[in-house]
Amino acid sequence: MIEILKLQKSYGKNLILKDISLTLERGQIISILGPNGSGKTTLIKSILGLVIPQVGDIRFEGETILGGWEYRKKIAYLPQIARFPENLKIRELVNLIKDIRQQNADDDYLIQFFGLEKEMAKSLRSLSGGTRQKVNMLIAFMFDSPVIILDEPTVGLDPVAITRLKELLAREKDKGKLILFTTHIMSLVEEISDEIIFLLEGEVYFKGSVSELNQLNGSGNLEKAITNLMEERNV
Amino acid sequence: MFKIFKYSFFDLIRSTWSLVYLLFFLLTTSAILYMSGDLTKAIISMMNVILMLIPLVSTVFGAIYLYNSREFAELLLAQPIKRKSFFLGQYLGLSISLAISFVLGVGLPFVIFGVIGSSYLNNFLVLMVVGLLLGFIFSLLSYWVALRFENRIKGFGFALFIWLFMSVIFDGIFLLILIWFESYPTENLAIVLTLFNPIDLGRVLIMLFLDTSALMGYTGAVFYKFFGAFKGIFISALALILWIIVPVFFLIRYANKKDF
Repeated sequence: MIEILKLQKSYGKNLILKDISLTLERGQIISILGPNGSGKTTLIKSILGLVIPQVGDIRFEGETILGGWEYRKKIAYLPQIARFPENLKIRELVNLIKDIRQQNADDDYLIQFFGLEKEMAKSLRSLSGGTRQKVNMLIAFMFDSPVIILDEPTVGLDPVAITRLKELLAREKDKGKLILFTTHIMSLVEEISDEIIFLLEGEVYFKGSVSELNQLNGSGNLEKAITNLMEERNV
Repeated sequence: MFKIFKYSFFDLIRSTWSLVYLLFFLLTTSAILYMSGDLTKAIISMMNVILMLIPLVSTVFGAIYLYNSREFAELLLAQPIKRKSFFLGQYLGLSISLAISFVLGVGLPFVIFGVIGSSYLNNFLVLMVVGLLLGFIFSLLSYWVALRFENRIKGFGFALFIWLFMSVIFDGIFLLILIWFESYPTENLAIVLTLFNPIDLGRVLIMLFLDTSALMGYTGAVFYKFFGAFKGIFISALALILWIIVPVFFLIRYANKKDF
């Protein structure tokens, strides 16, 4: 569904992505892991067209995304930091996004799901960090997009909201969607992801399932396996 | 584009700053009208206020707004929307909300004072048009500068420098050049230099229209001598409009290749 071909991106002299090639298929939850500065967010943003690569191509359903924008109708995005215009109300924000996307939205259900009914008429300035993140999720999940991209989705969420998020992801996956997320929380990866892409210094260092990674390192614990992976590299 | 315009316009028009800006103009204009008691004098005084403050306030607002909506821009740009529509929409929302505060703040006191139906209506309208154009130009310049500089302090500094340059430093350099080259004919040079400064262009435009030669200054006089009043007005207005069109072109070109 998404093909990344020999992608390279540098900021000035700083090479962030070095020759990344990946194929991502539907019906999977894929987690992108890696230490800080390994290029996770840059990779995600390249797929979204927010970052423009210097070399290589990204194809969405066989067509290049470079210079395009209509393919984004099929992508839902949950950014890392949720900061919204201060003087808008949640309801107005939701309407704005619906207005831009012109797609059927399942917002009423999700508003209930996240318990946001009472907050809808509040202005965005007055919300707590956790509530903002819920609004963020509401915006990302209210459309029936075949691809969902999440950047650090669990930051700032309480345990209840994290459980809800996991439920939601499992349900969307069953609909045959492609879900792509970055995180630093290994338990979440172990629990929900089908595949791991481990980035290190801008290269795909490992791609495979959780059990494959565990077998490879023989540690039986994902956190240790990842640590081993990184240490091996340094030796 | 219109959807983005609508949201940023409603976001901005409800901000406290728009209200402060409106109140400021209401107070200043009323005070000037009250103290001068005469429409011509008030128009001239307001011209000086407008030429100084509209560029400054638009510069500050433009940069603040872009930096504040930075993360939200990221979210919206990940939606199916063209970058061009997003940035033009946001810029229009910004400049038009500023324009409304300005038109209401300056317009209301003048209307109450009876400018409509007086023989000064045209002069007043020219003042308003120049104020609007300067607002559009300077909010555009600082919006563009803020987009270019990721670092807020640098961006702010640079945007404010543009304002300071156009409103103060430029005139100083201009004067120096005229003194250095006093034995040469400097008219053409003066005209060209003026075209590069929207604030001077605004001043020349108003002066030519008001036909107050005593206040025209060197550039105004040169414009008058060179082009005559009508052509001078036309050329300075055209140059001001180019000051919007050209930066918009660069803004879009830059926005299309920027990483977010």
